[in-house]
Amino acid sequence: MRRTLSILVENRYGELARIVGLFSARGFNIESLTVAETLSTDVSRVTLVTRCDDSVMEQIVKKLSEQVRVLEATDLTGVKHVEREMALLSVKAATKAARERVLGLVSAFRAEVVDLSDDGIIVEVMGDWDRINSLIKLLAPIGIREIARTGTVAMARSPEAPRSVALKV
Amino acid sequence: MAAIINSSPQPAILEEELEVEATSETMRGARILCEALIREGVDTIFGYPGGAVLHIYDELLKTQDRIKHVLARHEQGAVHMAEGYAKATGKPGVALVTSGPGATNSVTGIANAFMDSTPLVVITGQVPSLLIGNDAFQEVDTVGITRPCTKYNYLLKDVRDLAEIVREAFHIASTGRPGPVVIDIPKDITAQTAPFTYPDHLDLPGYRPDSYGPIEQVKRAVSKICEATRPILYVGGGVIHSNGSEELLELAERLNLPVTPTLMGLGCFPAGHTLCLGMLGMHGTYAANMAISESDVIVAIGVRFDDRVTGALEKFAPQAEIVHVDVAPSSISKNVRAHFPIVGDARSVIRQMLDLLPRDTEEPSRARLAPWWEQIRDWQVYAPLTYKNSDEIIMPQFLCEELYRLTGGEAIIATDVGQHQMWLAQYYPFKGPRQSLTSGGLGTMGFGFPAALGAQIAFPRRQVVAFVGDGGFQMTAQELATAVQYRTNIKIVIMNNNYLGMVRQWQELFYDRAYSSVNMEWLPDFVKLAEAYGATGLRATRPSQLGSVLERGLATPGVVVMDILVSEEENVYPMVPAGAGLKEMVLG
Ligand SMILES: Cc1ncc(C[n+]2csc(CCOP(=O)(O)OP(=O)(O)O)c2C)c(N)n1
Ligand SMILES: [Mg+2]
Repeated sequence: MRRTLSILVENRYGELARIVGLFSARGFNIESLTVAETLSTDVSRVTLVTRCDDSVMEQIVKKLSEQVRVLEATDLTGVKHVEREMALLSVKAATKAARERVLGLVSAFRAEVVDLSDDGIIVEVMGDWDRINSLIKLLAPIGIREIARTGTVAMARSPEAPRSVALKV
Repeated sequence: MAAIINSSPQPAILEEELEVEATSETMRGARILCEALIREGVDTIFGYPGGAVLHIYDELLKTQDRIKHVLARHEQGAVHMAEGYAKATGKPGVALVTSGPGATNSVTGIANAFMDSTPLVVITGQVPSLLIGNDAFQEVDTVGITRPCTKYNYLLKDVRDLAEIVREAFHIASTGRPGPVVIDIPKDITAQTAPFTYPDHLDLPGYRPDSYGPIEQVKRAVSKICEATRPILYVGGGVIHSNGSEELLELAERLNLPVTPTLMGLGCFPAGHTLCLGMLGMHGTYAANMAISESDVIVAIGVRFDDRVTGALEKFAPQAEIVHVDVAPSSISKNVRAHFPIVGDARSVIRQMLDLLPRDTEEPSRARLAPWWEQIRDWQVYAPLTYKNSDEIIMPQFLCEELYRLTGGEAIIATDVGQHQMWLAQYYPFKGPRQSLTSGGLGTMGFGFPAALGAQIAFPRRQVVAFVGDGGFQMTAQELATAVQYRTNIKIVIMNNNYLGMVRQWQELFYDRAYSSVNMEWLPDFVKLAEAYGATGLRATRPSQLGSVLERGLATPGVVVMDILVSEEENVYPMVPAGAGLKEMVLG
């Protein structure tokens, strides 16, 4: 099952490697990973998307919480939260017909054109994972040359929202 | 975080910049390290020198009246010694090694301490800061290699952080679930100077290990335990780490509870006590394994439901509700789901439980548990630990019993890994905590002798014995030189079956006795080996010699190696075959 984890960690070298190591040591792939500072420059938020079952996730979240420099680890899956991701999609569009089809999809998805050349268009799209995947699916038959995705960032809808496992115990 | 991506080298630190606080004394990094260790109460360091730690060794010479350095003969030995010291004393052990091969040689010891939750601070030298990442001579990524087998590790980047990092390292190593912490120190930083001030507070916002459990949950657990008709206490290393043996004894006695310790828990409850059923698990007693399997409430304290303890998980204690007390949340409900999870250290939570018990519990417990105890006594009578003794050949179990008799059960004994380890666990009923030192989680051959040596150096006047196999002893036997150099009185008893016995046992039982690379074929003459190192060597080959050889060996001052030739193809029983349930023991 696809899961989104949100981790607050002290902003220091080596901490990301420690977090990622908990996944790689178990042979789990990380689907996306974003890291950036929070309001405090001493603290970074890591948003990590992976696939695994409940009991493994519970174990990983506990292990994350036990890490010396991790302030909080939350499994957002099953909690009300928002997710956003941005993607740049380079689409082949050498003909007028192709360009029109691309531009139609761009406006339907409230995406933006960020680069236009004789034979292609670079589209910027934002949304949750599903939304970006749908646009990719629709553009694919026209011809996507390259994709760059930021990976998911996420936030619980209200700070009071119950968390499956959170806070350091 | 950004540093991971743009790993630009640290700018060289200017000397002027460092001379800030005029109030504190300015000294070079190597000296700051020594002073910080002294502040942490370190009296002994186990180590091995090399290029990257030259400045540190230079300062150790000047502080030798306050810190004793023990020169091992291999870095693995140094780290095992530090672990033996830590397990025997309860204080963090300290090891010091050089960069590159010094660091890689110490990894086995670090991983061993990680698996068995032993507090260690391991200081590794590193190449100079500006050379890191250049494949410099004797460079390895020590923090990278040790990250998965340390509780925490540091790469020091600024001499001004050194004192604080040492302070944090000791705190992290010794609190919560204890474990090893590595501090990797580039050589240039040990030469740079800074004012020495020892921080009085720690800045670890994400690290707050709990000691007491949530009281409501402890209450619920206590009422469950008080209603149980087939309860059992399953206890382990966590009780020893938290110094909770007295509390455990009181809990067991007030509720008349049967107790079964894990391998790591040996001695946390007196093995000779009538409530003690002996060790459980793969080579546990019949009564302990039956009792845990048939129990209705398991009170698990400071244990982690290791696979060598539970056997096949789907067959583990099917009727039991589980109270699980552990300081590490990730140990709870990892392998077996707990009905009453309690995060807290063993001693504090037992104390909470004791405070919640009604006043007179002994009598009602005795009455309620009478049928349960009757059943347990039947199991004990049906299949006690037993073996067939012989006049011709020394039986390994008899060796353990004789060792118990001649040490009065009072010795600190470190074992290596293999059959001898299991027999000692079965036939040497440890009386108290910190008496049994063994490698449980990692199962590291070569651990026993250096660990015993670390304990002997911590307690020069106590009887300390390394109980080792003929195979494992050869992995770290070079530490005989260390043992003799520091004029220790350590006694080494080799249970010599001329085989890698535990592997041979599996090949006998599960591979039709097709022995593959388990016969040592060529063993050194251990008596002559001892003599070559300036130690005393003794040998017993027949049961009639055993008592007198052990007696003489234990009483001879200095380092003594006793080579005890035992029955070669004896097996350890009971045994729960891999993949079987605990009740499916083979009794032999
Ligand atoms: C470093 C290491 N290598 C291999 C093993 C696997 N192993 C476990 S027990 C054992 C045999 C140990 O033989 P010995 O030291 O003679 O002890 P015995 O079992 O005969 O008492 C081996 C090889 C191990 N535990 N540790
Ligand atoms: Mg052997």
